[in-house]
Amino acid sequence: MFVALRDLKHARGRFILMSMVIVLITVLVTFLASLTAGLARESTSAVTDLPADHLAFSMPTPGDPPEFIASRVDADQWEGWADVDGVVSADPLGVATTRAETPGATVSVTALGVAAGSHVAPVREDGTPGDVDPGTIVLTRAAADALDAHVGDAVTLGGTRLTVAATLDTDQSFSHTPVVWMTLDDWQSIGARGAARAPGAAVSATVVALTTSGTADLAGADAALGTTTLTTSDARSAVSSFTAENLSLTTMQAFLLVISALVAGAFFTVWTISRSGDLAVLKALGATTRYLLRDALGQAAVLLGGGVTIGALLSAAAAAALSGVVPIAVTPTTSLVPAVSLILLGLTGAGVAIARIARIDPHAALAAR
Amino acid sequence: MDLHLDHITLVYPDGDTHLTAVDDVHLTIPAGTTTALLGPSGAGKSSLLAVAAGLTRPTRGTVTIGDDVVFTPGTSVARATRVRLERIGMVFQSPRLLGSLTALEQLELHAHLRGERPAAVRARSMDLLAAVGVADHAGKRPAQLSGGQRQRVAIARALVRRPEVLLVDEPTSALDHDRGTQVVELITGLARELGAATLLVSHDASTLGTVDAIERMLDARLAHPAPPARA
Repeated sequence: MFVALRDLKHARGRFILMSMVIVLITVLVTFLASLTAGLARESTSAVTDLPADHLAFSMPTPGDPPEFIASRVDADQWEGWADVDGVVSADPLGVATTRAETPGATVSVTALGVAAGSHVAPVREDGTPGDVDPGTIVLTRAAADALDAHVGDAVTLGGTRLTVAATLDTDQSFSHTPVVWMTLDDWQSIGARGAARAPGAAVSATVVALTTSGTADLAGADAALGTTTLTTSDARSAVSSFTAENLSLTTMQAFLLVISALVAGAFFTVWTISRSGDLAVLKALGATTRYLLRDALGQAAVLLGGGVTIGALLSAAAAAALSGVVPIAVTPTTSLVPAVSLILLGLTGAGVAIARIARIDPHAALAAR
Repeated sequence: MDLHLDHITLVYPDGDTHLTAVDDVHLTIPAGTTTALLGPSGAGKSSLLAVAAGLTRPTRGTVTIGDDVVFTPGTSVARATRVRLERIGMVFQSPRLLGSLTALEQLELHAHLRGERPAAVRARSMDLLAAVGVADHAGKRPAQLSGGQRQRVAIARALVRRPEVLLVDEPTSALDHDRGTQVVELITGLARELGAATLLVSHDASTLGTVDAIERMLDARLAHPAPPARA
């Protein structure tokens, strides 16, 4: 990179300008990736944080894609799942978004209903799942903050007063609403999924949370019990807002990545054309095409590496500053994957642009300039 | 080593016909001597220089350095590039220095092209810059040098790897008579000192007082007839 590094220093105005473009694109892409992850977490963490590996849905119309909003499982189904070989636990879980009220606030929450002794009951401070007593409610931190509720306070859900039994240090949310926990009976009594259950009527839930040993015949059990089983990760797509939201944001990221490749390609096309005279001289002096391509690609790598690193750091700093205001999650995946993609796509764009070096005729060095 | 241009013919396609730029030119330049090639524009001087440098493959004929045939009609681009890197120095019509490199780095570049550390030729580069009279400007970029200084740096660049052949294309075209004469004198002196067979293309006979031989080209041919081609 004898010439490339000196070109970077000599034509610093042009390269700084290009670096700024790369920095800005990187900030956009990595911030968007962090925002996508943050929104995804806000939309689905109640599902992905469950101590279960699969969820069994039962849709009103067999064959429909699973959705939390429409799924309804009954006792025969979760008891059937509990008897399947390889299934360690099968717990009914009610999921429904509703309105919660305290004297000082009214907020939307997602009520999760669990049966007594459930393996997916909220994890308490000591790290173990704790039952929720009838007539009480357990609040996640965000729900407690939003409702300004503390242990012993009353919270009204669907006209039913429940007493706050505990608040959790953890945050789970579903479809951008904070989670509250209650018994499956109370969950059904508040009419979170339509009309309140009549006394004595059969209990139902939304899904069956499964913990499996890996040997369970899930497809066979689905066929026998009329359910559709997904991993907890795949079950995110059953949250109605998640798929569209995630697709929109991921599409924006993809467009930005393509734009970054085109911008890098356009810059290095113009740059290569502007220095074609120098390249002809270098060839006439004995530089091989491979040497010149390596030199130019190295220059692009320095430019992209520097710009992307600065952009990713700026984005992480901005995300840290805004973490309390917007749902944002900065992880190695949200920073490194877009950064590496930007560098690779940028190098691809630059590579296509500098390929024209191979066509430069050293004979041109003899022409007067 | 001597440079032999052996019955060189160069024909370019020109629309539906062909243009003969060099027509059976036979020329030998002994090592350590400078031969000037004079002639009007379009006579074929630069085309012959391009063939001698391996920048253009001859249609017929061969280029030989010492006993090695280096360029023929079938020589590959890769081989021609390697020969230029290892055995030929070139000075172009305009200095053609790289704008981002200092005068010293223009010379050190050659070491890098050969896969060596630039520092390995630093002492020789400084000696050469001193020999051409621009050692005080070693840290300057081309934009900070005068036209004459740039041409001197270009000459030093061509000689940094002790080439067996030095090819010089119109080195005085942008200089006044006195500076042009000095540049030609510098080239012939250094060529003699380094033992390089030097072919210098020029349009100005008045600056060529120090060269060892002058050949004239007209209509793609040398003024003197070529000897019969070897079988």
